[in-house]
Amino acid sequence: MNEIAVVKSELEIRFPDAVRKDDREGFQGYIVEKESLVEVATALRDDFGYDYLTSVTGVDYIEEDILEAVYHFYRSTGGKELVLHVQTPRNNPVIPSLYKIFHGVDFQEREAWDLIGIKFEGHPDLRRILLWEGFNGHPLQKDWKEAFYVEEKKPFDNRWPEGKIQQIEELNKFGKNVRYPENFHDPESWKPEHEDLLYAGLLDLAEKTGSGLETDHVVINMGPQHPSTHGVFRMAVVVDGETITALKPVMGYLHRNHEKIGERNTYIQNIPYTDRLDYISSLSNNFGYAMAVEKLLGYTNEIPERAEYLRVIMAELTRISNHLWAIGFLLNDLGAYFTPSLYAIQERELILDIFEEVTGARMMNNYHRFGGVAKDILPDAMKKIENLVLDRLPRKVDELDKYLTKSELLQSRTEGVGVLTPEDAINMCAVGPVLRASGVPYDVRRADPYSIYDRFDFDVAVRYHGDTYDRYLIRMDEIHQSLRILQQALKDIPEGPILLRNPYNIKAPKGEAYGRVEGPKGELGFYIVSDGTSNPYRYHVRSPSFINLTGLEKMCVGQKVADVVVILGSIDIILGEVDR
Amino acid sequence: MAEKNKITVPDELKSTVAVTDIQEVFDGNLIEKAYNWGRRNSVWPMFFGLACCAIEMISTAASRFDLSRFGMEVMRPSPRQSDLLIISGTVTKKMLPAIVRLYNQMPEPKYVIAMGACASGGGPFKEGYNVIAGIDKYLPVDVYVPGCPPTPQALLFGLMKLQEKIDNQKISETSWYDKENAGDPIPIPVLGPDIMDPKDFDKIRKQAKG
Ligand code: SF4
Repeated sequence: MNEIAVVKSELEIRFPDAVRKDDREGFQGYIVEKESLVEVATALRDDFGYDYLTSVTGVDYIEEDILEAVYHFYRSTGGKELVLHVQTPRNNPVIPSLYKIFHGVDFQEREAWDLIGIKFEGHPDLRRILLWEGFNGHPLQKDWKEAFYVEEKKPFDNRWPEGKIQQIEELNKFGKNVRYPENFHDPESWKPEHEDLLYAGLLDLAEKTGSGLETDHVVINMGPQHPSTHGVFRMAVVVDGETITALKPVMGYLHRNHEKIGERNTYIQNIPYTDRLDYISSLSNNFGYAMAVEKLLGYTNEIPERAEYLRVIMAELTRISNHLWAIGFLLNDLGAYFTPSLYAIQERELILDIFEEVTGARMMNNYHRFGGVAKDILPDAMKKIENLVLDRLPRKVDELDKYLTKSELLQSRTEGVGVLTPEDAINMCAVGPVLRASGVPYDVRRADPYSIYDRFDFDVAVRYHGDTYDRYLIRMDEIHQSLRILQQALKDIPEGPILLRNPYNIKAPKGEAYGRVEGPKGELGFYIVSDGTSNPYRYHVRSPSFINLTGLEKMCVGQKVADVVVILGSIDIILGEVDR
Repeated sequence: MAEKNKITVPDELKSTVAVTDIQEVFDGNLIEKAYNWGRRNSVWPMFFGLACCAIEMISTAASRFDLSRFGMEVMRPSPRQSDLLIISGTVTKKMLPAIVRLYNQMPEPKYVIAMGACASGGGPFKEGYNVIAGIDKYLPVDVYVPGCPPTPQALLFGLMKLQEKIDNQKISETSWYDKENAGDPIPIPVLGPDIMDPKDFDKIRKQAKG
């Protein structure tokens, strides 16, 4: 019996009434009675070593009339997942919050409340997160219909009546499809219920962390339009003089309804949408989604060799280009206006050239298919990659290193700023460079190897101070490690087919799957539930940028205002992925 | 101007050298010409990225594509200092009030470029419940740049089209020096159960009752 099986049987012995095997077709893990969820989760963390709860989401099973929360537990030392399902009736959807045990569920529970409507009892700040207070309904519930709703699933019949294209606005069956709440009489005077909660909560926090002197607190809103928030991100900050006493991120300004659209789409239609999640590392997003669907389809061990190598080569190139971008713009945030980033972008452009040559697009690559990839790398492009990887990039990265790493300005602005301790990092489900800069050597490529990463010789980069400087250094380290992987992959890549079988019109068997990759920003996971048709029943993206932001408040409180943008830059968020 | 005195300007200098003659001064065209020439070569875009297209916008400003060849490299983070609003990405309902407010804060003369499929018409996310199908439902757009994302070359072409537009504007006809017709600010939409345009308030009142 392997280790996970041991844990599982012990769990059943210890909680005979609360825990039962999930025996629905294609499902894994356990169904836990909601009354004992907190108890079981505590035991998992303290006694079984599952101290790393990376993903929380909800599913609406409308036919069974239940809402379900799904938890994916891992060990921070590596290994496979343990999945818990908690069910609650649809008319009174309440589940106890795990906030007290895992702070990392903070945003994820709020998201599940916002989009699915599960109330997490005991969550200290259960407000909407992606939509705004006052929004009507919970859009990911299966009976919630968006404006211009057409049909449950694509392809929509009415787009091609008798083979002719038709614009859907012309039909507009449901119009704007809004229901106004009972107490709504006049648009000018109407105020949603919880609108003031943001500032109220903030000032409470500030009371606790303030200096104790009787000073006025000033609330500053940074964003959504701010040159240093890397997109449309907003932070509500309370300052006491120059010092931050409380901070709350406000997001959703780029919420593009990825999941709702994804559930209407067929499986293959979702690939180009994943490009637009973390839009500067599209190829790793494709990778994660393809892997999750392949798990469902049972292709995982059949992918052609060459395709696996192509995937790794493209993913590592993406990581390099992402880290170059991140470093360049971190310096931008520090005030080195544009000069370092110009150097970084120059190298990124060369990588984009390769992407364009291979996939046809600079950014939105749409490259992976279920069971392989869409295009081969031709000898010409291979030559370019070799030149880049073996010659130019190592030189250029060293050059950046020489100019930046020992720069006194950089050091004095970043050392000791925005510290995240390893305990907090794990507890807040931080992933990727943020986690590893805090001294936790957790990298999905090593902790739970996928694709062919177990064949390569590389180190998991790790740094131990958890400050902004280490988060800068770790990206430099990772570029070096990626170059190492690339050098090996380029040497070993075999000839052969690049696609298993025709990926169009697939029907996935019933069940659930969670596929995750180590993207440049950290663990990017896709949770998919299939009902046996050609469209996903539930499609959820566990996005690293979003969950890494949980730690932002902790890192910023006590720092100066000017450091906030630097700390945010060092987390390296992309709004497309934060808000989805 | 008599044909023999005609000065020819080499192509590569056309955008930076203005040639005129005395007749134009008499006709009153000189001011216009100088004015437009100055404006077309110093369009300051707002440093404001919305989504994926913003990355291409930054690439356009960076070394390889180099926006400064057109006098446009001075990206201003403040709407008060900028002439051009590039809507570079998906416009969501939650973000819309802020965008309209930013546009209202820009001083005239001001221009809007809808960059990419999303800003022009909703793009891939058009069906989304939080997505506005095109910024032109709220703001006047001067140039649409197609693509998802448009390549830097495409954006540059769009900017050159904007320069053409500026070349052809006449001080006597533009609305921003005209006291009577200077435009009112655009009413700022409100977030309610859905996005609510002040123009539709009456309709909404009726619907909410009904
Ligand atoms: S047009 Fe395409 S690239 Fe541009 S913002 Fe929309 S989805 Fe992103």
